[in-house]
Amino acid sequence: MSAGTPRPALILDGLRKEFPHRRSLFGKAEAPVRAVDDVSFFVQPGETLGLVGESGCGKSTLARLIMRMMAPTSGSVLVDGQRVDTLLPSEVLAYRRKVQMIFQDPYASLNPRIRAGDLIAEPLLIHGLAKGAARAARVRELADQVGLAASSLTRFPHEFSGGQRQRIAIARALAVSPRIVVADEPVSALDVSVRAQVLNLMADLQAERGLSYLFISHDIGTVAYLSQRVAVMYLGAIVEIGPARDVLRRPRHPYTRLLLEAVPVAHPRLKSRRREVLRGEVPSAANIRDACRFAPRCPMATERCHIEVPQPRTLDGDRLVACHFAEDTPDLPKGLAA
Amino acid sequence: MPVATDLLDIQDLTVTFGGGSSRVTALHGVSFDLRKGETLALVGESGSGKSLTALSIMGLLPPEGHVAGGRVMLGSEDLLTQSRRDLVRTRGSRVSMVFQEPMTSLNPVLTVGRQLTEGLEFHRGATRAAAKARALDLLKLVGLTQPERRMRQYPHQLSGGMRQRVMIAMALACEPDLIIADEPTTALDVSIQAQIIDLMLDIKERLGTAILLITHDLGVVAEMADRIAVLYAGHVIEIAESLTLFDTPRHPYTEGLLAAVPRLDVLVAGTTARVRLAELPGSVPSPADRTNGCPFTPRCPIATARCAAEMPPMTPLDAAHSVACWERAP
Ligand SMILES: Nc1ncnc2c1ncn2[C@@H]1O[C@H](COP(=O)(O)OP(=O)(O)OP(=O)(O)O)[C@@H](O)[C@H]1O
Ligand SMILES: Nc1ncnc2c1ncn2[C@@H]1O[C@H](COP(=O)(O)OP(=O)(O)OP(=O)(O)O)[C@@H](O)[C@H]1O
Ligand code: SF4
Ligand SMILES: [Mg+2]
Ligand SMILES: [Mg+2]
Repeated sequence: MSAGTPRPALILDGLRKEFPHRRSLFGKAEAPVRAVDDVSFFVQPGETLGLVGESGCGKSTLARLIMRMMAPTSGSVLVDGQRVDTLLPSEVLAYRRKVQMIFQDPYASLNPRIRAGDLIAEPLLIHGLAKGAARAARVRELADQVGLAASSLTRFPHEFSGGQRQRIAIARALAVSPRIVVADEPVSALDVSVRAQVLNLMADLQAERGLSYLFISHDIGTVAYLSQRVAVMYLGAIVEIGPARDVLRRPRHPYTRLLLEAVPVAHPRLKSRRREVLRGEVPSAANIRDACRFAPRCPMATERCHIEVPQPRTLDGDRLVACHFAEDTPDLPKGLAA
Repeated sequence: MPVATDLLDIQDLTVTFGGGSSRVTALHGVSFDLRKGETLALVGESGSGKSLTALSIMGLLPPEGHVAGGRVMLGSEDLLTQSRRDLVRTRGSRVSMVFQEPMTSLNPVLTVGRQLTEGLEFHRGATRAAAKARALDLLKLVGLTQPERRMRQYPHQLSGGMRQRVMIAMALACEPDLIIADEPTTALDVSIQAQIIDLMLDIKERLGTAILLITHDLGVVAEMADRIAVLYAGHVIEIAESLTLFDTPRHPYTEGLLAAVPRLDVLVAGTTARVRLAELPGSVPSPADRTNGCPFTPRCPIATARCAAEMPPMTPLDAAHSVACWERAP
């Protein structure tokens, strides 16, 4: 980082999470699942980092590690330069004020027996942030910011639509004035026509409050919309990270490129029989050592890829790519590359 | 009178649930047709009635559901008035269905091979050996690796993408004229989704099978559909050829929907800062809150008093494009 850039709001440093092996169907002992495997990145204040990757690549595990919902196997998470895995119990509450999370399923993440107003007031209560009339005023203010009518605050979660429920969840997350919001697939469960409401709301709130977002989604279009930078995850590791538009326009990791080619483009004029399809399926995250984790599916793989782990390398100034042959990755077909 | 090339002609299909005061209408006079070898996409948001339309065609409505009117013509036969026995025959041989979650429609205790051969023996009267040979061919056709091994495997031993391929193989077994695919890729990762889209395009090209594609994903629609019917709250509100619908949608809901989806290609091409996504206010009404007017009225930027009072009929703008909107097709 050059002088003058602000201190990152969030830093992940060599973060790992292994889940102990489960016996397979046939009784074979398997190696532990390396759900998150040596992940390092940072998120600047006021920035959105989008995290994309296919099912099971470790996105939610990463989110849980940041939220301290589970302990890492090794490595660390730093918020405002402070390590969060070594926080004293007395410091945890303060940490939760800084980092909040929004979940995919607004149905499951809200207690169905608590009214909307009380759901939004709950974090204020827990953190002792406002009392009595001040608290009620703050709840109304938060509801207003996320576009919920004050008259709806006496209703229960099931009386709201999915998009409104996600607004309640966002209001709860914002109640403690966090600096960082980890959003794990926040619009995936919503109707298409409602998604834009929530995405715009998140963008507005960021502009007003200088929030940092770690925005997790398997939908690359959504990520492209909200993020300044994107990180692409494959089998527990970040294979490419850099400015959103550059990465999506000119991916340098073969996985990023094939993933982008697989995304159906929402206009029939651009439809084309794909030149190259990502073959096979994501293998389990167990046995990748001494090789590129993408090698079994990679159209560019050589012998070297099967015996040497590609370390992340800097390309084009601000891009990190973990591929021996990143310079050789062909460009996207016309139309997609725009 | 349907034109000769029509394969499926649905007219005024109306489906209700419950009775008396709790009766709700889930499909309100749905009409569209599908030509031989064509892919028609039925798009709409959750609860708009996409699956109900498919289930009505297949004669698989849940017991609480009731067809209150309309016709579903397959050639010259009305599937809604077919006898149980004829329906079973139609279902197996002329129309077949691929579901979103293959696990719910594959039999967990039968091998893949057995599920395939069973249908062939039943509907086609094939011998065991002939059915087995055909099953192997089908598994190869849908691009499964190691087809002999897959024949002996059970559904739970396959990945989601492989199961969906098996479902498609089963759907193709009796060389149907029409495959109804209800969210065939929604549960899959994009890379697997791309494989399945390519497979379906390939099948359509090689076998000339018509596809009724049900999805809420406009990207999948853009890749696959020849024509598109947009469903909103149980009404077909716009039908057009795919390119027309994307380029010049006429219904304000279709317009809003297309503008609300972040387009990767546009975002990446853009050089300026992020543009705000167009928002559709509010959300889809539930069937119980239905009025006599256009169901889009509360969210519509151009609604008038007439819209709230009276449902606009589907009105042709030209031979291939119809819309149900008072303001756009008075
Ligand atoms: N508690 C757990 N115990 C054992 N394995 C786990 C656990 N949680 C996650 N995993 C495994 O870790 C890997 C990563 O899972 P994770 O849920 O983080 O993926 P994801 O990227 O969020 O996927 P999705 O897009 O489907 O939400 C998977 O292989 C998963 O099976
Ligand atoms: N068994 C049922 N009882 C009562 N109403 C039902 C029943 N099944 C469906 N409906 C109603 O019919 C409407 C259409 O449902 P349908 O399943 O066709 O929607 P869909 O467009 O397929 O949605 P999705 O994208 O969520 O699959 C819904 O509003 C639903 O409430
Ligand atoms: S290192 Fe080799 S196998 Fe890995 S992505 Fe690059 S070319 Fe492919
Ligand atoms: Mg997840
Ligand atoms: Mg459905």
